[in-house]
Amino acid sequence: MSMERYSYDVVVVGAGGAGLRAAVEAREAGFKVAIICKSLFGKAHTVMAEGGIAAAMGNVNSSDNWQVHFRDTMRGGKFLNNWRMAELHAKESPERVWELEMWGALFDRTQEGKISQRNFGGHEYPRLAHVGDRTGLELIRTMQQRIVALQQQDGKNHGDMESHIRVFAEVTITDVLVENGKAAGVYGYRRESGSELLFEAGAVILATGGIGKSFKVTSNSWEGTGDGHALALRAGSKLIDMEFVQFHPTGMVWPPSVRGILVTESVRGDGGVLTNSEGRRFMFDYIPEVFKDKYADTEEEADRWYKDQANNRRPPELLPRDEVARAINSEVKAGRGSPHGGVFLDVSKRLPAEEIKRRLPSMWHQFKELADVDITEQPMEVGPTCHYVMGGVQVDPDTAAAVGLQGLFAAGEVAGGMHGSNRLGGNSLSDLLVFGRRAGMGAVAYLQSNPSKPSLSDATVKKAQERLNAPFTHTGGENPYTIHQELQQTTNDLVGIIRTKKELEESLEKLAKFRQRIKNVSVTGGREFNPGFHLALDLENMFLVSEAMARSALIREESRGGHTREDFPKMDSKWRQVNNVTSVDGEAVKCEQVKAKLLPDELSTLFENNELSKYFTEEELAGMKGGSK
Amino acid sequence: MARPINLRIWRGNKNGGDFHTVTVDANEGEVVLDVIHRVQATQLPDLAVRWNCKAGKCGSCSMEINGKPRLACMTRMNTFAEGETITVTPLRAFPVIRDLVTDVSFNYKKAMEIPSYAPPANLKPGEARMEQIDVERSQEFRKCIECFLCQDTCHVIRDHEENKKSFAGPRFFIRIAELDMHPLDTLRNRKRTAQESHGLGMCNITKCCTEVCPEHIRITDNAIIPMKERVVDVKYDPVRWLGSKIRKREDIS
Repeated sequence: MSMERYSYDVVVVGAGGAGLRAAVEAREAGFKVAIICKSLFGKAHTVMAEGGIAAAMGNVNSSDNWQVHFRDTMRGGKFLNNWRMAELHAKESPERVWELEMWGALFDRTQEGKISQRNFGGHEYPRLAHVGDRTGLELIRTMQQRIVALQQQDGKNHGDMESHIRVFAEVTITDVLVENGKAAGVYGYRRESGSELLFEAGAVILATGGIGKSFKVTSNSWEGTGDGHALALRAGSKLIDMEFVQFHPTGMVWPPSVRGILVTESVRGDGGVLTNSEGRRFMFDYIPEVFKDKYADTEEEADRWYKDQANNRRPPELLPRDEVARAINSEVKAGRGSPHGGVFLDVSKRLPAEEIKRRLPSMWHQFKELADVDITEQPMEVGPTCHYVMGGVQVDPDTAAAVGLQGLFAAGEVAGGMHGSNRLGGNSLSDLLVFGRRAGMGAVAYLQSNPSKPSLSDATVKKAQERLNAPFTHTGGENPYTIHQELQQTTNDLVGIIRTKKELEESLEKLAKFRQRIKNVSVTGGREFNPGFHLALDLENMFLVSEAMARSALIREESRGGHTREDFPKMDSKWRQVNNVTSVDGEAVKCEQVKAKLLPDELSTLFENNELSKYFTEEELAGMKGGSK
Repeated sequence: MARPINLRIWRGNKNGGDFHTVTVDANEGEVVLDVIHRVQATQLPDLAVRWNCKAGKCGSCSMEINGKPRLACMTRMNTFAEGETITVTPLRAFPVIRDLVTDVSFNYKKAMEIPSYAPPANLKPGEARMEQIDVERSQEFRKCIECFLCQDTCHVIRDHEENKKSFAGPRFFIRIAELDMHPLDTLRNRKRTAQESHGLGMCNITKCCTEVCPEHIRITDNAIIPMKERVVDVKYDPVRWLGSKIRKREDIS
């Protein structure tokens, strides 16, 4: 098989918001960058983000600032967040939004002509910059066009538009190559031809997104197979808190073929309400103790909030996503679900038809075309769908450097820590830009202090080649599609939204059997654009991620954010002190517990003592300035 | 609930190919892409199809269904008659890679030729002020999901490979229009460049592009025609023509 060989300063694996922002940063510093897209350029999963980018610009409510955003983010994540990441994120996201505007993004406007901001679950003030309900498309297109603008500059200055940034579309990376304990490049194949590519690079940035395809019901596209998570593990880096998986409360439930497709939280932000089969707005029954003072307990107050936010508490439909998803799950289990096993989400009685079409155009379109439902007249049926993984590559907050392997960086969904146990809506697009840029900066600083190019040994390359070609060498093994469906069913049933010790143990037993089956998987057909071959390689990543999730979930004996244990239904402050860190040793997946860091004084004092006491132990509070006041 | 349907799939590569008919179950509520995936999972594991979001948002699964350029994820099975054979073929305007997957790199090359957004030199981040009504015109064009169905259907290039060199296609006319109508863009002569470098004049307004747009962008009425009209105004209005010669002004915006 032929092999193309390339040499770059930085290879960015992934071309969603984080990868493209990282690439821009490295290129602006003068480095040569390869951007690897698993699909076509501009199709990354970022495109699916609907509601908006959270940034405390204060355009709609001037009381907003980074401190309030930081507080909301920590509350949403139930204080397990890496506080430094949450701090950087809250401080830097407004600059990142304004930068997008300078690069051509056209956000919806306020009366004064500023960028408009909308309400979203868990955000105290209207904070999400948006373009109708297609904000992700605006972000990805703007970044794509920024890359082109830089390529045009390079064309003028160097006579070659691809001299400093080259996009490799429809290329899948199967290994991060390590030489002398440092990341030294990546190996992969072109989907189109099946031919192999070797990239030598001083720094590798992972920006591969999520893991949703390990689950049966998911809002993620086929690309979300946990590639970066698995690449990092196999290269010797670590994953943090993989038990935390966000089930978005509102995915479509009918027809079956669209089950899992996202229904934006903006529907609720703009007034949509959740009701059960009895017509009851059930979210009032599910306001948890820690949020009681922030959420309305009557429909009247909740409805007043849309007009007067200063004097009323928020509707409970806008609780953080984990709370809403669990509530819907409980209603359905109690027999109060909709005909197709969800609940009703209704905006038709809340806004005039024209306003719904203006504010939620793609939702209107999606339901009309795929479900024959006119959301200006009828309620939607919705239910939880696997949407996002909070866990991910353990990174240094300031530089996005991966723990455990020099020269490797990670940003966006593939990185862990920022969102703690649960991510707030709108904090993902901002995360992509803030930490995409920081990963670019981190790689630049690393290259400046490690200027010698790594050289790759033949042995390292050969190992990667063998792994890539393995599916073609087996005969008589199973069809990858069958294994994938069974793996998805297993995670869905046993590592899903509600977990128990017994089921998690069972999942690990089942997963152990998958390991051998995946090793023997065989592929029919040739190398040219062969989805069976592609899936055979992706399977191993989904398997590794599933095992990391199941192990971490079994260890954490409490319920917090995106991890709910039926056998340990309460949040426990002792577990707030713990991060689960997953690594791979040979074939064994290990999960160790390390102590989570306490908030420093300047951040702990942003909270009231009575709030901190809900999350921290008494001992911890005694050692915190914010806790002792 | 499942009913068997006949799917006639074009299979092959750049060296040629042929139709392959399969019988496969379709369930209630399914779209063409679901059925293709079922064929892949149960009968033809190496059947090549490009897709991503399966929700009409990414524009990856473009193909021709019964000869019409469509997104496979947004084409409901219940739009076909009972017993009807459904024919799926790759986009005709682009070279086939394999089966239903085509090489759409033409579009990415054209994208690199369109002059980028040029904000005012003194504009600082966060200081831009624009009215909603003024951004809406460009926002319509920014809804584009780059499915390239408009490019595929456009007869200027669909059967005329030789025109590709000088014709950017409807997708990029709306890109130019979007920048031209951007309230803060400072680059002049976008319309003239569209005419002179990107082949705007080759379009003869048959509106085929508008008809296939899954985002319902009014490509012809709101982007192409307004640009053409302005170009014509300046080019053929004798007073403005003379003015442009005397004052060396060439902008037509």
